[in-house]
Amino acid sequence: MTGPPPVPVRAEPDLWDRRVAAGLAFLRRRLAGDYEVDEFGFDPDLTEHAFHPLLRLLYHRWFRTELLRGDNLPGYGPALVVANHSGTVALDALMLTVAVHDALRNGAGARRHLRLLGADFVFQAPVMSELARKSGGTLACHPDAERLLRAGELVGVFPEGLKGVGKPYRDRYKLQRFGRGGFVSAALRTGAPIVPVGIVGAEEIYPKIGNIGPLARLLGLPYFPVTPTFPWLGPLGLIPLPSKWLIEVGAPIDTTGLAEQSDDPLVVFNLADQVREAIQQILHRLLELRPTPFPG
Amino acid sequence: MSSGSSADLSVVVVTGIGRFLGAQVASRLAADPRVGHVIGVDAGSPPPELAPLLARVELVESDLTACATVVANLDARAVVHLGVVTAPDPAVGGRAGMKEQNVIGTMQLLAACQRAPRLRKLVVRSSTAAYGASFRDPAVFTEETEPREVPRGGFARDILDIEGYVRGFRRHCPEVTATVLRLAPLIGPAADTTLTRYFAQPVVPTVLGRDPRLQFVHVQDALEILHRSVVEDHPGTFNVAGPGVLTLNQAIRRAGRLPVPVIEPGLSAAAAFGKRLGRGGFGLDQLDLFVHGRVVDTTRLTKEYGVTPRSTAEAFAEFLGGRRAGIAPLGRDRLEAAEQAILRAIARVRGQGRPA
Repeated sequence: MTGPPPVPVRAEPDLWDRRVAAGLAFLRRRLAGDYEVDEFGFDPDLTEHAFHPLLRLLYHRWFRTELLRGDNLPGYGPALVVANHSGTVALDALMLTVAVHDALRNGAGARRHLRLLGADFVFQAPVMSELARKSGGTLACHPDAERLLRAGELVGVFPEGLKGVGKPYRDRYKLQRFGRGGFVSAALRTGAPIVPVGIVGAEEIYPKIGNIGPLARLLGLPYFPVTPTFPWLGPLGLIPLPSKWLIEVGAPIDTTGLAEQSDDPLVVFNLADQVREAIQQILHRLLELRPTPFPG
Repeated sequence: MSSGSSADLSVVVVTGIGRFLGAQVASRLAADPRVGHVIGVDAGSPPPELAPLLARVELVESDLTACATVVANLDARAVVHLGVVTAPDPAVGGRAGMKEQNVIGTMQLLAACQRAPRLRKLVVRSSTAAYGASFRDPAVFTEETEPREVPRGGFARDILDIEGYVRGFRRHCPEVTATVLRLAPLIGPAADTTLTRYFAQPVVPTVLGRDPRLQFVHVQDALEILHRSVVEDHPGTFNVAGPGVLTLNQAIRRAGRLPVPVIEPGLSAAAAFGKRLGRGGFGLDQLDLFVHGRVVDTTRLTKEYGVTPRSTAEAFAEFLGGRRAGIAPLGRDRLEAAEQAILRAIARVRGQGRPA
């Protein structure tokens, strides 16, 4: 059989040539230390060229994530993104960084990274602490949150903290207590708007049905989860269940002019409640949109 | 921003002139027309390589622990305390000698200063080690940040003690302009410190799973700030560091060296072993730095002195430029050559495979 000369094939080698060249250049930069790191340890080169491509596979292929109202994300200026936390392993935080980065790049054309605030045990563990810093995270504390906001960054925070990630499966989509509302005072002091975000889908990836306390204490972990697949299936149990994810960005809540009231517990609690309520309503709406976690 | 000083600088006492920093500062002050008589104090006579710097400095051989009479007899108007030892030296008593010099020496010196009637200025060399090392630390330390945990390293503990004595001195003598400079690790083409020797090794041990953020300050910038702290009035505590950050692995890569990650307990044991031998080098101070990293905010320095030190990356590049002669198994030029070679090889192979 003789066909026409393979014209369309020629486009493909060029793409692969580019990929190989880009990969080699990345490798050379890493080996020569030829990249920039900010004072929090954020490494945009590594995040954009290594972490995000991997996370995007999970985001699109595995969880089939859909982002709603991404236009509510501010294209410039400081903002505090507040979301619900769940899933036994904090994959929701990582997925949110991909969602925010890609939505802003495709929408407002802005290159912004969500700077996550993490619990201190994250920064105590080797490897994990460095991955967290290199991907733009830092310790959830007032000085760091305010420093990032003053620098005009987009800061991501999960006020439920471990109470949210580590809650049993039966409590799914029930927002936990919002701590002391420290995130509100940080926003008030810097005048940064608060952007509520609801994430649906993360609750089902590792349904936590039990906790082996002694093992957790032995390993220095906040809990040792038991899921339908872990630890029974060994490493296979580490694969997250492919639930369908929806992320919705709520309307930003303005905080300008409230800086003097950042120490007033009543103002702080009220605002924290308002944010919590906004997230809870987003979750109810999203759950109606997605009646079953594992649609065919 | 204040400049110029009304203080009388007719007699300036500099401690620690037997070391690089002390000798350099003494030499700069001696060459400054605003400064009268410069007197250098150190336990022994300075090493011969520093002697040319000290030609115009009067040398007084005195142990810091016995310097009370020296400061009083000299009728000092300004005291620059640079006699702070950063690493134990087996030749002068190891860690015990270091602590004696740092803690007891500072205590004695400040006691003498309190009794010096015409003293109007005190400049103390401190270190960013004053912030300690903890996982609960904020990413960037401002001068107000309090250490959360007492650090493990001897030097860092000494620094906390020294700053404590300076606080006491400030309460007793509010009329004396006291400047505390918290210096980041010094680096520069000519610097020879524990850290520069560490980066000069062909294979560099690091802590497995840690890539701490580091900051350096260029020696020349540190000297400039120290000098200006004496001849101008800048009361307060200031972080002195090059803005920006290098991570440890990044710095090792830029130096063309190979990082070798070692588990932390192994390094701790090695550091403890070194301590028992009274050897300097890799101690708990370095280990704490290599686990936690240390980044400080220099806004206050820039505002008060009107200068910004060379960035950490620039200072490190100048340090590397000064010692290109060493072996760099993974230099940038070699990596670029390797990259080009691979690309050419791929192009050649594909060129042959493709129909012409």
